[in-house]
Amino acid sequence: MKKVEDEIKFDHNGDGIDRRGFLKCMAWAGTGTLCVMNGGVMKSFSLSRLGELDPAAAKGELSFVQISDSHMGFNKPANPDVIGTLKAAIEKINALPGNPEFLLHTGDITHLSKPEEFDNVQQILKDAKVKEAFYVPGEHDVAIDEGKEYLERYGKGSQGAGWHSFDKNGVHFVGLVNVVNLKAGGLGTLGHEQLEWLEDDLRAKKSSTPIVVFAHIPLWSVYPEWGWGTEDSAQALSYLKRFGSVTVLNGHIHQTMQKVEGNVTFHTAASTAFPQPAPGKADSPGPMKVPAEQLRSVLGVTSVNFMRGQKALAVVDSNLA
Amino acid sequence: MKRTQRIAGIGILLAGGFVLFGGLREHVQAAPPLPQQMQHEMATEVKIDNFSFSPATLEIKAGTKVTWKNADDIPHTVVSNDKIFKSKALDTDEKFSFTFDKPGTYPYFCSLHPKMTAKVVVQ
Repeated sequence: MKKVEDEIKFDHNGDGIDRRGFLKCMAWAGTGTLCVMNGGVMKSFSLSRLGELDPAAAKGELSFVQISDSHMGFNKPANPDVIGTLKAAIEKINALPGNPEFLLHTGDITHLSKPEEFDNVQQILKDAKVKEAFYVPGEHDVAIDEGKEYLERYGKGSQGAGWHSFDKNGVHFVGLVNVVNLKAGGLGTLGHEQLEWLEDDLRAKKSSTPIVVFAHIPLWSVYPEWGWGTEDSAQALSYLKRFGSVTVLNGHIHQTMQKVEGNVTFHTAASTAFPQPAPGKADSPGPMKVPAEQLRSVLGVTSVNFMRGQKALAVVDSNLA
Repeated sequence: MKRTQRIAGIGILLAGGFVLFGGLREHVQAAPPLPQQMQHEMATEVKIDNFSFSPATLEIKAGTKVTWKNADDIPHTVVSNDKIFKSKALDTDEKFSFTFDKPGTYPYFCSLHPKMTAKVVVQ
Protein backbone atom coordinates (compact mmCIF):
# COMPACT_ATOMS: atom_id res chain seq x y z
CA MET A 1 0.00 0.00 0.00
CA LYS A 2 1.29 3.43 -0.88
CA LYS A 3 1.86 5.59 2.16
CA VAL A 4 -0.63 8.41 2.56
CA GLU A 5 1.16 11.70 3.14
CA ASP A 6 -1.51 13.56 5.08
CA GLU A 7 -0.63 11.86 8.33
CA ILE A 8 -0.34 14.04 11.44
CA LYS A 9 2.04 12.98 14.19
CA PHE A 10 2.03 15.70 16.83
CA ASP A 11 0.26 14.82 20.03
CA HIS A 12 1.40 17.41 22.57
CA ASN A 13 -1.41 17.00 25.05
CA GLY A 14 -1.63 13.24 24.89
CA ASP A 15 -5.26 13.58 23.87
CA GLY A 16 -4.77 12.24 20.42
CA ILE A 17 -5.41 15.57 18.73
CA ASP A 18 -2.99 18.25 17.69
CA ARG A 19 -4.34 21.67 16.92
CA ARG A 20 -3.01 21.85 13.41
CA GLY A 21 -4.37 18.42 12.66
CA PHE A 22 -7.75 19.28 14.07
CA LEU A 23 -7.98 22.50 12.09
CA LYS A 24 -6.84 20.72 8.96
CA CYS A 25 -9.52 18.12 9.50
CA MET A 26 -12.10 20.86 10.08
CA ALA A 27 -11.14 22.63 6.87
CA TRP A 28 -11.81 19.50 4.93
CA ALA A 29 -15.08 18.64 6.64
CA GLY A 30 -17.23 20.00 3.84
CA THR A 31 -15.46 18.12 1.12
CA GLY A 32 -15.19 14.84 2.97
CA THR A 33 -12.46 13.71 5.32
CA LEU A 34 -11.69 10.51 7.08
CA CYS A 35 -10.18 11.02 10.51
CA VAL A 36 -8.79 7.85 12.04
CA MET A 37 -7.37 7.69 15.54
CA ASN A 38 -4.60 5.14 15.96
CA GLY A 39 -2.67 4.75 19.20
CA GLY A 40 -3.52 8.30 20.19
CA VAL A 41 -2.33 9.80 16.93
CA MET A 42 -4.86 11.19 14.53
CA LYS A 43 -4.52 10.50 10.85
CA SER A 44 -6.66 12.37 8.40
CA PHE A 45 -7.24 11.45 4.81
CA SER A 46 -9.04 13.29 2.08
CA LEU A 47 -11.99 11.27 0.83
CA SER A 48 -10.69 11.63 -2.70
CA ARG A 49 -7.65 9.58 -1.68
CA LEU A 50 -9.50 6.80 0.14
CA GLY A 51 -8.40 4.41 -2.58
CA GLU A 52 -4.88 4.59 -1.18
CA LEU A 53 -6.04 3.51 2.25
CA ASP A 54 -6.10 -0.04 3.58
CA PRO A 55 -9.81 -0.98 3.40
CA ALA A 56 -9.67 -2.65 6.85
CA ALA A 57 -8.46 0.63 8.39
CA ALA A 58 -11.23 2.55 6.67
CA LYS A 59 -13.93 0.20 7.88
CA GLY A 60 -12.82 -0.61 11.43
CA GLU A 61 -14.65 -3.13 13.60
CA LEU A 62 -17.99 -1.42 13.37
CA SER A 63 -19.15 1.08 10.82
CA PHE A 64 -22.45 2.87 10.63
CA VAL A 65 -23.85 5.93 8.90
CA GLN A 66 -25.64 9.01 10.13
CA ILE A 67 -28.10 11.03 8.09
CA SER A 68 -30.04 14.00 9.35
CA ASP A 69 -32.62 16.66 8.62
CA SER A 70 -34.26 15.11 5.57
CA HIS A 71 -37.22 17.53 6.05
CA MET A 72 -39.53 15.50 3.86
CA GLY A 73 -42.31 17.85 2.68
CA PHE A 74 -40.07 20.93 2.36
CA ASN A 75 -40.56 22.41 -1.11
CA LYS A 76 -39.17 25.96 -1.01
CA PRO A 77 -36.51 27.38 -3.38
CA ALA A 78 -33.58 26.29 -1.14
CA ASN A 79 -34.38 22.75 -2.34
CA PRO A 80 -37.58 21.95 -4.24
CA ASP A 81 -36.57 18.25 -4.46
CA VAL A 82 -35.86 16.85 -0.98
CA ILE A 83 -36.91 13.40 -2.25
CA GLY A 84 -34.16 13.51 -4.89
CA THR A 85 -31.46 14.57 -2.44
CA LEU A 86 -32.49 11.95 0.15
CA LYS A 87 -32.28 9.31 -2.58
CA ALA A 88 -28.81 10.64 -3.49
CA ALA A 89 -27.78 10.25 0.16
CA ILE A 90 -28.92 6.62 0.14
CA GLU A 91 -26.96 6.01 -3.07
CA LYS A 92 -23.90 7.49 -1.37
CA ILE A 93 -24.37 5.12 1.57
CA ASN A 94 -24.81 2.12 -0.71
CA ALA A 95 -21.55 3.01 -2.51
CA LEU A 96 -19.48 3.03 0.72
CA PRO A 97 -16.74 0.39 0.92
CA GLY A 98 -18.21 -2.42 3.03
CA ASN A 99 -21.83 -2.18 4.06
CA PRO A 100 -22.39 -0.12 7.21
CA GLU A 101 -24.05 -2.06 10.03
CA PHE A 102 -26.90 0.36 10.52
CA LEU A 103 -28.18 3.87 9.96
CA LEU A 104 -28.84 6.62 12.50
CA HIS A 105 -31.27 9.40 11.60
CA THR A 106 -30.78 12.36 13.93
CA GLY A 107 -34.17 13.94 13.40
CA ASP A 108 -36.25 16.31 11.32
CA ILE A 109 -37.15 13.27 9.30
CA THR A 110 -40.18 15.23 8.12
CA HIS A 111 -40.93 18.92 7.71
CA LEU A 112 -44.41 18.96 9.28
CA SER A 113 -44.90 15.57 10.99
CA LYS A 114 -47.44 14.53 8.34
CA PRO A 115 -48.11 10.79 7.88
CA GLU A 116 -47.41 10.99 4.13
CA GLU A 117 -44.05 12.65 4.83
CA PHE A 118 -43.07 9.84 7.21
CA ASP A 119 -44.30 7.32 4.59
CA ASN A 120 -42.08 8.86 1.90
CA VAL A 121 -38.95 8.67 4.04
CA GLN A 122 -39.73 5.09 5.08
CA GLN A 123 -40.13 4.14 1.43
CA ILE A 124 -36.83 5.76 0.37
CA LEU A 125 -34.85 4.31 3.30
CA LYS A 126 -35.94 0.80 2.27
CA ASP A 127 -33.30 1.03 -0.47
CA ALA A 128 -30.46 1.64 1.99
CA LYS A 129 -28.18 -1.38 2.26
CA VAL A 130 -28.15 -1.42 6.05
CA LYS A 131 -29.58 -4.01 8.42
CA GLU A 132 -31.29 -1.58 10.76
CA ALA A 133 -32.15 2.06 11.28
CA PHE A 134 -32.42 4.00 14.54
CA TYR A 135 -34.05 7.39 15.02
CA VAL A 136 -34.46 10.34 17.34
CA PRO A 137 -37.05 13.04 16.59
CA GLY A 138 -36.33 16.64 15.58
CA GLU A 139 -38.70 19.48 16.46
CA HIS A 140 -40.31 19.15 13.01
CA ASP A 141 -41.25 15.53 13.78
CA VAL A 142 -43.24 16.52 16.86
CA ALA A 143 -44.71 19.74 15.44
CA ILE A 144 -48.33 18.76 15.00
CA ASP A 145 -49.32 16.16 17.55
CA GLU A 146 -46.69 16.36 20.32
CA GLY A 147 -44.89 13.46 18.67
CA LYS A 148 -47.76 10.93 18.58
CA GLU A 149 -47.23 9.99 14.94
CA TYR A 150 -43.44 9.76 15.46
CA LEU A 151 -43.79 7.47 18.49
CA GLU A 152 -46.27 5.22 16.72
CA ARG A 153 -43.71 4.65 13.97
CA TYR A 154 -40.36 4.76 15.77
CA GLY A 155 -41.12 4.64 19.48
CA LYS A 156 -41.16 0.85 19.91
CA GLY A 157 -39.02 -0.09 22.91
CA SER A 158 -38.29 3.55 23.74
CA GLN A 159 -39.04 5.60 26.86
CA GLY A 160 -40.83 8.93 27.27
CA ALA A 161 -40.67 11.03 24.11
CA GLY A 162 -38.60 8.36 22.32
CA TRP A 163 -35.25 8.09 24.13
CA HIS A 164 -33.58 4.68 24.00
CA SER A 165 -30.25 2.83 24.10
CA PHE A 166 -28.72 -0.26 22.51
CA ASP A 167 -25.38 -2.07 22.21
CA LYS A 168 -23.48 -2.97 19.04
CA ASN A 169 -20.08 -4.69 18.94
CA GLY A 170 -19.28 -3.52 22.46
CA VAL A 171 -20.20 0.10 21.74
CA HIS A 172 -23.09 1.56 23.76
CA PHE A 173 -25.44 3.84 21.80
CA VAL A 174 -27.84 6.29 23.46
CA GLY A 175 -30.55 8.17 21.51
CA LEU A 176 -31.74 11.27 23.37
CA VAL A 177 -34.72 13.57 22.71
CA ASN A 178 -34.19 17.31 23.27
CA VAL A 179 -37.03 18.76 21.16
CA VAL A 180 -40.13 18.44 23.39
CA ASN A 181 -41.51 20.69 26.17
CA LEU A 182 -39.30 23.57 25.06
CA LYS A 183 -39.61 26.71 27.20
CA ALA A 184 -40.05 30.25 25.91
CA GLY A 185 -36.68 31.88 25.29
CA GLY A 186 -34.83 28.63 25.90
CA LEU A 187 -32.80 26.05 23.99
CA GLY A 188 -33.23 22.33 23.46
CA THR A 189 -34.23 20.48 26.61
CA LEU A 190 -33.68 16.93 27.86
CA GLY A 191 -35.72 17.25 31.04
CA HIS A 192 -35.46 15.70 34.47
CA GLU A 193 -37.11 12.37 33.62
CA GLN A 194 -34.79 11.68 30.68
CA LEU A 195 -31.67 12.73 32.62
CA GLU A 196 -32.58 10.30 35.41
CA TRP A 197 -33.06 7.57 32.84
CA LEU A 198 -29.67 8.36 31.26
CA GLU A 199 -27.85 8.23 34.58
CA ASP A 200 -29.47 4.89 35.27
CA ASP A 201 -28.79 3.57 31.77
CA LEU A 202 -25.05 4.31 32.04
CA ARG A 203 -24.62 3.07 35.62
CA ALA A 204 -23.85 -0.56 34.75
CA LYS A 205 -21.49 0.30 31.88
CA LYS A 206 -17.73 -0.06 32.34
CA SER A 207 -15.72 3.14 31.88
CA SER A 208 -13.84 1.46 29.03
CA THR A 209 -17.08 1.06 27.01
CA PRO A 210 -17.09 3.42 24.02
CA ILE A 211 -20.24 5.54 24.13
CA VAL A 212 -22.05 7.13 21.19
CA VAL A 213 -24.78 9.62 22.09
CA PHE A 214 -27.06 10.89 19.33
CA ALA A 215 -29.71 13.61 19.53
CA HIS A 216 -31.21 16.20 17.20
CA ILE A 217 -30.21 19.59 18.66
CA PRO A 218 -26.47 19.88 19.43
CA LEU A 219 -25.53 18.92 22.99
CA TRP A 220 -22.87 21.64 23.00
CA SER A 221 -23.39 25.39 22.67
CA VAL A 222 -22.88 25.94 18.96
CA TYR A 223 -24.75 29.26 18.88
CA PRO A 224 -27.31 29.82 21.64
CA GLU A 225 -28.51 33.05 20.00
CA TRP A 226 -30.11 30.85 17.33
CA GLY A 227 -31.16 28.20 19.80
CA TRP A 228 -28.31 25.91 18.73
CA GLY A 229 -27.63 24.26 22.05
CA THR A 230 -29.30 22.28 24.85
CA GLU A 231 -30.21 23.83 28.22
CA ASP A 232 -29.37 20.86 30.41
CA SER A 233 -26.72 19.10 28.31
CA ALA A 234 -24.03 19.78 30.97
CA GLN A 235 -25.92 17.47 33.31
CA ALA A 236 -26.00 14.73 30.67
CA LEU A 237 -22.30 15.19 29.89
CA SER A 238 -21.41 14.93 33.58
CA TYR A 239 -22.69 11.34 33.51
CA LEU A 240 -20.33 10.65 30.60
CA LYS A 241 -17.16 12.04 32.20
CA ARG A 242 -15.84 8.71 33.48
CA PHE A 243 -15.92 7.07 30.04
CA GLY A 244 -12.73 6.96 27.98
CA SER A 245 -14.36 7.48 24.59
CA VAL A 246 -17.54 9.47 24.03
CA THR A 247 -18.80 10.55 20.62
CA VAL A 248 -21.79 12.89 20.35
CA LEU A 249 -23.62 13.00 17.02
CA ASN A 250 -26.17 15.74 16.33
CA GLY A 251 -28.07 17.35 13.46
CA HIS A 252 -30.36 20.43 13.46
CA ILE A 253 -27.84 23.03 12.20
CA HIS A 254 -27.60 21.65 8.63
CA GLN A 255 -23.81 21.88 8.44
CA THR A 256 -20.87 19.81 9.64
CA MET A 257 -18.98 20.96 12.70
CA GLN A 258 -16.63 19.25 15.12
CA LYS A 259 -15.35 20.02 18.57
CA VAL A 260 -13.25 18.02 21.03
CA GLU A 261 -13.61 18.63 24.74
CA GLY A 262 -11.69 16.26 27.01
CA ASN A 263 -12.95 12.74 26.37
CA VAL A 264 -15.88 13.91 24.24
CA THR A 265 -15.89 14.44 20.49
CA PHE A 266 -18.88 16.43 19.24
CA HIS A 267 -19.98 16.25 15.65
CA THR A 268 -22.90 17.70 13.72
CA ALA A 269 -24.03 16.24 10.40
CA ALA A 270 -25.10 17.97 7.21
CA SER A 271 -28.75 17.89 6.15
CA THR A 272 -29.92 15.85 3.19
CA ALA A 273 -32.42 18.64 2.38
CA PHE A 274 -31.03 22.19 2.56
CA PRO A 275 -28.07 24.09 4.08
CA GLN A 276 -28.28 26.65 6.87
CA PRO A 277 -25.91 29.60 7.39
CA ALA A 278 -22.82 29.42 9.60
CA PRO A 279 -23.50 30.73 13.14
CA GLY A 280 -24.22 34.46 13.08
CA LYS A 281 -23.50 34.79 9.36
CA ALA A 282 -27.10 35.71 8.48
CA ASP A 283 -30.06 37.51 10.07
CA SER A 284 -31.71 34.22 10.93
CA PRO A 285 -30.96 30.49 10.72
CA GLY A 286 -33.43 29.99 7.82
CA PRO A 287 -32.76 27.82 4.75
CA MET A 288 -29.75 29.09 2.79
CA LYS A 289 -30.25 29.42 -0.95
CA VAL A 290 -27.26 28.35 -3.02
CA PRO A 291 -27.02 28.00 -6.81
CA ALA A 292 -28.69 24.74 -7.91
CA GLU A 293 -25.42 23.27 -9.19
CA GLN A 294 -23.84 23.78 -5.75
CA LEU A 295 -26.68 22.38 -3.65
CA ARG A 296 -25.44 18.81 -3.42
CA SER A 297 -22.00 19.96 -2.31
CA VAL A 298 -23.51 21.38 0.89
CA LEU A 299 -25.72 18.37 1.69
CA GLY A 300 -24.35 15.10 2.91
CA VAL A 301 -24.07 11.90 4.88
CA THR A 302 -21.73 10.97 7.71
CA SER A 303 -20.12 7.58 8.15
CA VAL A 304 -18.56 6.52 11.42
CA ASN A 305 -15.96 3.82 11.94
CA PHE A 306 -14.97 2.29 15.22
CA MET A 307 -11.77 0.35 15.92
CA ARG A 308 -11.05 -1.11 19.33
CA GLY A 309 -8.14 0.47 21.19
CA GLN A 310 -8.64 3.87 19.63
CA LYS A 311 -9.71 6.82 21.71
CA ALA A 312 -12.19 8.30 19.30
CA LEU A 313 -14.31 7.06 16.46
CA ALA A 314 -13.43 8.03 12.91
CA VAL A 315 -16.10 10.34 11.60
CA VAL A 316 -16.28 10.95 7.86
CA ASP A 317 -18.49 13.52 6.19
CA SER A 318 -19.13 13.30 2.51
CA ASN A 319 -21.30 15.55 0.41
CA LEU A 320 -23.87 14.46 -2.17
CA ALA A 321 -22.14 16.05 -5.15
CA MET B 1 -92.18 1.10 39.52
CA LYS B 2 -88.62 1.03 38.17
CA ARG B 3 -89.83 1.97 34.72
CA THR B 4 -91.66 5.04 36.04
CA GLN B 5 -88.52 6.26 37.79
CA ARG B 6 -86.46 5.96 34.63
CA ILE B 7 -88.99 7.94 32.60
CA ALA B 8 -89.08 10.64 35.26
CA GLY B 9 -85.27 10.78 35.20
CA ILE B 10 -85.17 11.34 31.46
CA GLY B 11 -87.78 14.05 31.83
CA ILE B 12 -85.60 15.98 34.29
CA LEU B 13 -82.54 15.61 32.07
CA LEU B 14 -84.45 16.94 29.08
CA ALA B 15 -85.74 19.89 31.07
CA GLY B 16 -82.20 20.64 32.28
CA GLY B 17 -80.85 20.54 28.74
CA PHE B 18 -83.58 22.87 27.58
CA VAL B 19 -82.85 25.43 30.28
CA LEU B 20 -79.10 25.35 29.51
CA PHE B 21 -79.68 25.77 25.80
CA GLY B 22 -82.10 28.62 26.38
CA GLY B 23 -79.55 30.33 28.61
CA LEU B 24 -76.83 30.13 25.98
CA ARG B 25 -79.05 31.54 23.28
CA GLU B 26 -79.95 34.48 25.48
CA HIS B 27 -76.23 35.21 26.03
CA VAL B 28 -75.54 35.28 22.30
CA GLN B 29 -78.48 37.61 21.69
CA ALA B 30 -77.32 39.94 24.46
CA ALA B 31 -74.00 40.74 22.70
CA PRO B 32 -74.55 43.90 20.60
CA PRO B 33 -73.48 43.45 16.98
CA LEU B 34 -70.46 45.58 16.06
CA PRO B 35 -70.75 48.01 13.15
CA GLN B 36 -68.79 46.98 10.06
CA GLN B 37 -66.15 49.70 10.45
CA MET B 38 -65.63 48.96 14.12
CA GLN B 39 -65.00 45.28 13.36
CA HIS B 40 -62.35 46.31 10.90
CA GLU B 41 -60.53 48.44 13.46
CA MET B 42 -60.60 45.68 16.04
CA ALA B 43 -58.38 43.33 14.03
CA THR B 44 -54.65 43.41 13.48
CA GLU B 45 -51.87 41.22 12.16
CA VAL B 46 -48.51 39.97 13.41
CA LYS B 47 -46.03 38.91 10.77
CA ILE B 48 -43.75 35.93 11.28
CA ASP B 49 -40.59 36.15 9.20
CA ASN B 50 -36.84 35.52 9.57
CA PHE B 51 -37.38 33.61 12.81
CA SER B 52 -39.09 36.56 14.53
CA PHE B 53 -42.52 38.01 15.34
CA SER B 54 -43.15 41.59 14.31
CA PRO B 55 -44.09 43.68 16.06
CA ALA B 56 -42.39 41.99 19.01
CA THR B 57 -44.71 43.93 21.32
CA LEU B 58 -48.23 44.46 20.06
CA GLU B 59 -50.48 46.90 21.96
CA ILE B 60 -54.21 46.48 21.37
CA LYS B 61 -57.61 47.25 22.89
CA ALA B 62 -59.62 44.49 24.54
CA GLY B 63 -61.77 42.64 22.00
CA THR B 64 -59.20 42.87 19.20
CA LYS B 65 -58.69 39.86 16.99
CA VAL B 66 -54.99 39.22 16.28
CA THR B 67 -53.98 37.18 13.25
CA TRP B 68 -50.48 35.77 12.90
CA LYS B 69 -49.31 35.07 9.37
CA ASN B 70 -46.23 32.95 8.72
CA ALA B 71 -44.26 34.59 5.90
CA ASP B 72 -41.13 32.53 6.67
CA ASP B 73 -40.07 29.49 4.65
CA ILE B 74 -39.90 27.38 7.82
CA PRO B 75 -42.93 26.37 9.95
CA HIS B 76 -43.51 28.16 13.24
CA THR B 77 -46.05 28.02 16.06
CA VAL B 78 -47.71 30.70 18.20
CA VAL B 79 -47.94 29.45 21.77
CA SER B 80 -48.89 31.45 24.87
CA ASN B 81 -46.41 31.03 27.76
CA ASP B 82 -49.43 30.59 30.02
CA LYS B 83 -51.15 28.13 27.66
CA ILE B 84 -54.00 30.57 26.91
CA PHE B 85 -53.70 30.11 23.14
CA LYS B 86 -51.78 27.66 20.97
CA SER B 87 -51.61 27.31 17.20
CA LYS B 88 -50.73 24.22 15.23
CA ALA B 89 -47.49 24.31 13.23
CA LEU B 90 -48.08 27.04 10.63
CA ASP B 91 -46.48 26.36 7.27
CA THR B 92 -45.58 29.22 4.93
CA ASP B 93 -48.57 31.58 4.40
CA GLU B 94 -50.73 29.82 6.99
CA LYS B 95 -52.53 31.91 9.62
CA PHE B 96 -53.70 31.65 13.21
CA SER B 97 -56.10 34.03 15.01
CA PHE B 98 -57.00 34.72 18.61
CA THR B 99 -59.31 37.37 20.06
CA PHE B 100 -58.08 39.06 23.25
CA ASP B 101 -61.08 39.90 25.45
CA LYS B 102 -59.35 40.63 28.75
CA PRO B 103 -56.74 43.32 29.46
CA GLY B 104 -53.30 42.05 30.43
CA THR B 105 -49.89 41.09 29.06
CA TYR B 106 -49.73 37.88 27.05
CA PRO B 107 -46.19 36.63 26.39
CA TYR B 108 -45.89 33.97 23.68
CA PHE B 109 -43.24 32.07 21.71
CA CYS B 110 -42.67 29.56 18.92
CA SER B 111 -42.56 26.12 20.52
CA LEU B 112 -40.37 24.83 17.65
CA HIS B 113 -37.83 27.67 17.93
CA PRO B 114 -38.22 28.89 21.53
CA LYS B 115 -35.72 31.72 21.03
CA MET B 116 -38.57 33.40 19.13
CA THR B 117 -40.48 35.33 21.81
CA ALA B 118 -42.92 38.26 21.71
CA LYS B 119 -45.93 39.62 23.59
CA VAL B 120 -49.39 41.11 23.20
CA VAL B 121 -50.37 43.90 25.61
CA VAL B 122 -54.16 44.31 25.90
CA GLN B 123 -55.53 47.57 27.37
